Amino acid sequence: MTQSYEAVIGIEVHVELKTNTKIFCNSTTEFGGDPNHHTCPVCLGLPGTLPVLNKKVVEYAVRAGLALNCKIANFSKFDRKNYYYPDLPKNYQISQYDLPIAEHGYLDIEVDGQTKRIGITRLHMEEDAGKLVHQGNIVTTPYSLVDYNRTGVPLIEIVSEPDMRSPEEARAYVEKLKAVIQYTGVSDCRMEEGSLRCDVNVSVRPVGQREFGTKTEIKNLNSFRALQRAVAFEIERQIGVLESGGKVIQETRTWDEARGITVSMRSKEQAHDYRYFPDPDLVPLVLDNQWIEFIRESLPELPDQRRARYIREYGLPEYDASILTLTKEMSDYFEEVIQHYHTPKAVSNWMMGEMARLLNAGGMDITRCKIKPTQLAELLKLIDKGTISGKIAKTVFEEMFASGKDPEAIVKEKGLVQISDEGALAAVVDEVIAANPKSVQDYRGGKTQAIGFLVGQVMKATRGKANPDLVNKLLKEKLQ
Amino acid sequence: MDLLQRTAHQLHEMLVKKEISASEITAAVYRRIEEVEDKVKSFLTITREHAEARARQVDKKIAAGEPVGPLAGIPVAVKDNMCTEGIRTTCASKILYNFVPPYTATAVARMNAADMVMVGKTNMDEFAMGSSTENSGFHLTHNPWDLERVPGGSSGGSAAAVAAGEAVVSLGSDTGGSIRQPASFCGVVGMKPTYGGVSRYGLVAYASSLDQIGPFTKDVTDMAHMLNVICGHDPMDSTSANVQHPDFTKFLINDIKGIKIGVPREYMADGIDPLVKERIKEAIKKLTELGAYVEETSLPHTDYAMPAYYLIATAEASSNLARYDGVRYGLRVEDARDVVDMFMRSRSQGFGEEVKRRIMLGTYSLSAGYYDAYYLKALKVRTLIKQDFDKAFEKYDVLLSPTSPSTAFKIGEMVHDPMQMYLQDVCTIPVNLAGIPALSIPCGLVNHLPVGLQLMGKAFAEGTLLRVAYTLEQNTEFTRLQPVIGGA
Ligand SMILES: [Zn+2]
Repeated sequence: MTQSYEAVIGIEVHVELKTNTKIFCNSTTEFGGDPNHHTCPVCLGLPGTLPVLNKKVVEYAVRAGLALNCKIANFSKFDRKNYYYPDLPKNYQISQYDLPIAEHGYLDIEVDGQTKRIGITRLHMEEDAGKLVHQGNIVTTPYSLVDYNRTGVPLIEIVSEPDMRSPEEARAYVEKLKAVIQYTGVSDCRMEEGSLRCDVNVSVRPVGQREFGTKTEIKNLNSFRALQRAVAFEIERQIGVLESGGKVIQETRTWDEARGITVSMRSKEQAHDYRYFPDPDLVPLVLDNQWIEFIRESLPELPDQRRARYIREYGLPEYDASILTLTKEMSDYFEEVIQHYHTPKAVSNWMMGEMARLLNAGGMDITRCKIKPTQLAELLKLIDKGTISGKIAKTVFEEMFASGKDPEAIVKEKGLVQISDEGALAAVVDEVIAANPKSVQDYRGGKTQAIGFLVGQVMKATRGKANPDLVNKLLKEKLQ
Repeated sequence: MDLLQRTAHQLHEMLVKKEISASEITAAVYRRIEEVEDKVKSFLTITREHAEARARQVDKKIAAGEPVGPLAGIPVAVKDNMCTEGIRTTCASKILYNFVPPYTATAVARMNAADMVMVGKTNMDEFAMGSSTENSGFHLTHNPWDLERVPGGSSGGSAAAVAAGEAVVSLGSDTGGSIRQPASFCGVVGMKPTYGGVSRYGLVAYASSLDQIGPFTKDVTDMAHMLNVICGHDPMDSTSANVQHPDFTKFLINDIKGIKIGVPREYMADGIDPLVKERIKEAIKKLTELGAYVEETSLPHTDYAMPAYYLIATAEASSNLARYDGVRYGLRVEDARDVVDMFMRSRSQGFGEEVKRRIMLGTYSLSAGYYDAYYLKALKVRTLIKQDFDKAFEKYDVLLSPTSPSTAFKIGEMVHDPMQMYLQDVCTIPVNLAGIPALSIPCGLVNHLPVGLQLMGKAFAEGTLLRVAYTLEQNTEFTRLQPVIGGA
């Protein structure tokens, strides 16, 4: 009988904070810009320059820490992490080592309807590095250029406990983390653009064994899908190694998206001794409880709270409430629609149905949706007023999605106003009855479902504009 | 009296009375530099055009009846580890031979705002690591009192420039004695202010938790004026103290009746030259006559200061100096195979022996497995040393000692014995570890060479040191002694 294994997963997430200026100087954090234009003597690490901590960074880190249920430290400090790399102008990174700003937090995730609590070990502040631009690839490049625009952009690193046991849990954790951070407003958390990056530690052990197996660290995960696939692959790979009598090597591996595998980058033997020590250029960070409480009180509603409110106040099913609160953008959009249209469930149906379908097809997120929340509300009102049918509304929605035009304008332009005039419809109904004696006969013979065909014919004849309820009513009357 | 034998406050008076112009002072100082610089070699960069332009600006202000700063027209030499916008700043290292900063250090900027005229950037031990200026990557500096001797270090150029009349005042930096020891060797007044008193912004770091900028002057009055200019909070330096500094000239009081002075016996131990001790004892006698209460005391952890200093300073240095890698500025070797090769060869060629020695020492003490035994232990010793001082200052206003165990030694005498060289700083190092202020003031000669007396005070009690030093100065001739350079 084969041994069964259990995976142990811990995740380190780096989140870029969206302050206006960098963590230790006044240079802008704006994305893009000509290479090395968003720099100054301080973030270039020129001789004699000194770091001065940006207060906004501390405030944002505390917000994130509180949102992740952490204990905020009254006393923390900055340390230097020493290593040589050309994208690091001082050849050390200012980070926090043994006294981080926040510790002992947790996040509740939901997988397959089960809620699970994932521990958060710590959250600390640090500065980002720059970017090397190679000619071709890193091995064959004759020279490399370096861009320090990102150097000194503030980051928080959030380290989880090794509490996850499956690729699904790993994904759910990062999704939830992203949602929570986004809600606090301290980061955009765009994985594709690198404002949220994760490194995942994976090990496996025989079920029942208490000690952890040897772990590997996976880097280069640019999407939730990549994360889930990479973890799944790595678990299988490690089990394969153990099953064939081998040993897992402690190493850093990179996810190769194209090939769908993890590849070894460097082993533990080549790992660095970072020689951390307290940065003598910065003074310890002392936060008083009053200020921490002030930040706590200013925290916005977080995903779990919002989800509960949707169920309680809007009467939404749990499923709808979970999906709608998964990202802040989606949830904020929903909230705005229901300001103007007061049937939450109908809004939810449209957002989770048509809108989700079109967004997915276009590989977009809701921030790039051309339909404004007020426009969606208008569309729903047109249905309620009977101006258009639900079916036509889908056509109008597609057009709105493509062009961003107002629903009324589209309805007018394309002549999609629903025909609810009995007189006008009666003539069409008569024509359809006359043209389809077979179905008429079937209906009268007791096959009541034959009416569906006749309704369809009327709709076709009116190019979908007939009010379906009215058509039904007229047909039934005339066939009696 | 020769113009350049005058102090800054004397020249200032002449200037505002229009007895002399800034341009005339500047011309005189460059004549002096032409005369003696070949022999003394205080400077790495001479900024004559810059200085002449500044002097003309000052003269224009005076002519227009505009108010001028307290250092108006005063020729100043600046140690070459303070950044000066548009003017090469090398730290006396080949690795920064071509570095021109795009900004000016706060202390220098404050001097500029006080209308000083910077005449040049002075020689030093490379990255301020040394006690003789022999570790300069470029050339030696000679002691104006005896050209075969060192001026002390690391701020040897700044001390020598003032002693030789090549500048009226100067700026140095002190990490373990680098202002006080050369002040002692060159017979001038030198002060290391309280840590945090003067901004470090723009001072190229050696050991960030110990480095402090301070002045060299010919007398105590000039020292008070210099402190008024350079002390003050700087939002660009997180370790800069946000305190209200007094007007230091208020402490120029010729009276020390009732002042309590402690003389730690550890600072008068066997390692101190007996003739130096004699001068110190004479000064103590004088101070007692003048009404001070002086007695022997003890700072029991003094012996541990030296090893703690060399662990902390080198640990910080190993990280501070990591940025010199040839990527962005400074020396970069040609035709490196790859980036690691570029790092290694640029650093190997760019740094001198002593700098490499300290980088290795510091890297070692921070390494995994050694951190607790070395770096962390050193931090604990540092706390004990601070406590020694705290305790002593409960009883005494000022502590007194020799600045250096000996007078200036011969060039080359110690270069092959780094341990002997390190012992030069035995009396000055504890002050940096404790972050307190200390000054060195001349207190006589031994074999025609100046001896320095060190006064140490509580944090931000520079005023008390000035008062004791001023009283000593007013009642002796020590600060009025001037060298005769190579018979010139
Ligand atoms: Zn910057």
